[in-house]
Amino acid sequence: MSEHLLEVNHLKKYFKTNKGTLQAVDDISFTLDAGKTLGLVGESGCGKSTTGRAILRLTEPTSGEVLFNGKDVAKMKSREMHQMRMDMQMIFQDPFSSLNPRKTVAELIAEPLKWYKIHKSKAEQASHVSKLMETVGLASRLTNVYPHELDGGRRQRIGIARALALDPKFIVCDEPVSALDVSIQAQVLNLLKELQNEFGIAYLFITHDLSVVNHFSDDIAVMYLGQIVEKAPAKELFNNPVHPYTKALLSAIPIPDVDAVVEQIPLKGEISSPINMKPDCHFAARCPYATEECRAGVPDLVNRGNEHFVACHLF
Amino acid sequence: MKKNKKGVSTTTNGRKNISKKRDIWNRFKRNRNALIGMAITIIFVFIAVFAPLLVDYDEEVIKVDVPNRLQLPGGEHPLGTDEAGRDILARLIYASRMSLAIGVMAVTCSIAAGIVLGSIAGYYGGKIETVIMRICDIFDGVPSFLLALTITAAFGASVFTLMLAIAIGGFAGQSRIIRGAVLTVKGQEYVEAAKALGAKNWQIIFHHIIPNCIAVIIVQFSVKIAEGILTASALSFLGLGVLPPDPEWGAMLAGGRAYLLDNPYLTLFPGLCIMIVILAFNMLGDGLRDSLDPRLKR
Repeated sequence: MSEHLLEVNHLKKYFKTNKGTLQAVDDISFTLDAGKTLGLVGESGCGKSTTGRAILRLTEPTSGEVLFNGKDVAKMKSREMHQMRMDMQMIFQDPFSSLNPRKTVAELIAEPLKWYKIHKSKAEQASHVSKLMETVGLASRLTNVYPHELDGGRRQRIGIARALALDPKFIVCDEPVSALDVSIQAQVLNLLKELQNEFGIAYLFITHDLSVVNHFSDDIAVMYLGQIVEKAPAKELFNNPVHPYTKALLSAIPIPDVDAVVEQIPLKGEISSPINMKPDCHFAARCPYATEECRAGVPDLVNRGNEHFVACHLF
Repeated sequence: MKKNKKGVSTTTNGRKNISKKRDIWNRFKRNRNALIGMAITIIFVFIAVFAPLLVDYDEEVIKVDVPNRLQLPGGEHPLGTDEAGRDILARLIYASRMSLAIGVMAVTCSIAAGIVLGSIAGYYGGKIETVIMRICDIFDGVPSFLLALTITAAFGASVFTLMLAIAIGGFAGQSRIIRGAVLTVKGQEYVEAAKALGAKNWQIIFHHIIPNCIAVIIVQFSVKIAEGILTASALSFLGLGVLPPDPEWGAMLAGGRAYLLDNPYLTLFPGLCIMIVILAFNMLGDGLRDSLDPRLKR
């Protein structure tokens, strides 16, 4: 089974709140191969970021396995985990708050090199840093500049350089472009794509923006309230969405064509509370096709052929 | 570009590439108040260190000269004489040793303890935090002055116990304030980012948490030094700190109280000394805080 780079099995992350248990991530499983990208899509609060953080153990998963190269990350002791982090990195959503404001660009990029004592001498480290800066497209005159003096795109490039510094095999990209201007989004996405081609990095690409993920991912998983409701290769998902939620999401993407007639599927109601959820299809409350069966039990994620998985009672 | 020796190297486009320490100093020296504060602090430290060369302890500082008591400033005694006929200027110079040493040392100790305990409590949380903070509650529950009184009474009056007493009386409050600052910084995303990049806990504390709490720490430092000097003087007044005939600013201030109406300069000059030193520390502290924060670059 260890042919996959990353294999997530029945990952759960529950938070205890005053009102009850919040099921942020509720039993999700997926696999990711080396050099590929899995897009994780969903609306705010559906648990996609928590999934990414739980995989990297930035929050401890409640239960489940995270197999990376066949080894279970979720059960590692801290020393093993420390070594593991060299191969698993993360790019954060907000390039403003994820960089320490008191450190210069060079210091920020050198940070992971310092933690792992990669270089014996400062000169070696400095030349590695300038190489990384070149790789991500930061001019060398920015070496001693502070992050608040830079625009969002350049800051995100710092974040990318930091994630790249240890030559990871896998990077969790937690909405890496959603805080950026559209013009800069494209630059950063292209950079990520180039880096993937060059270094063979696998991405877990977390986003709420379907158009971003379409051009970027090999596979797409759609999340709703802590569960994966549909998972398929990107083209298959866009051409042939099955789950009512996915259909509604895709119908909301604007098409740049005046004559295009799009049947919008507006979603009624609000997202249900993720606290103390009933064992039903979580989408049933907003689903136009919901039946009694939908309210009675959680649908399984079933393969409908072509690697197209759907969790819906109707199919 | 890579030949970045000690300060400035110039990049291809002519922009100056400045090292971090140089950058902090550049910001500091543009702040006039900070420079004044630093100058005054240096002068006082200089006086304190070289006091034995400036005045004769036996002849000028402690020798009682009753015929010349309570002289007005001017003439042979530039700042006058006190109720025992001792030269006030000489006593002030000698007293600066005690006051500065007690203030700076005691506060350094209590803040160092506060940084250690506060950042451990704030960063790790859970049971460790509960234990540390309850211990601090206990120390906070006892009035710090009473605590200092007990300690000096138990270990005997000396400059060392006085420092210890002030440090112990202050560390609980410091821990609490620094813990609060740590909690805010800990919630920042760059701390999580550092963790994702493989930083260990102590590395996160030293490289991310404490540098971002430095504003709070410096402000505490400059405020508490003032408090330390005043507590020291209060204890000296009660006979539990610096013992007569050794001079100390607070003790001199207290001693002159009886002559406040007739000879106000007995209290005026030590009071001025305390005020100037505290002001200087505050100005220095504020300047340091601002220059350490790269976002305030103008």
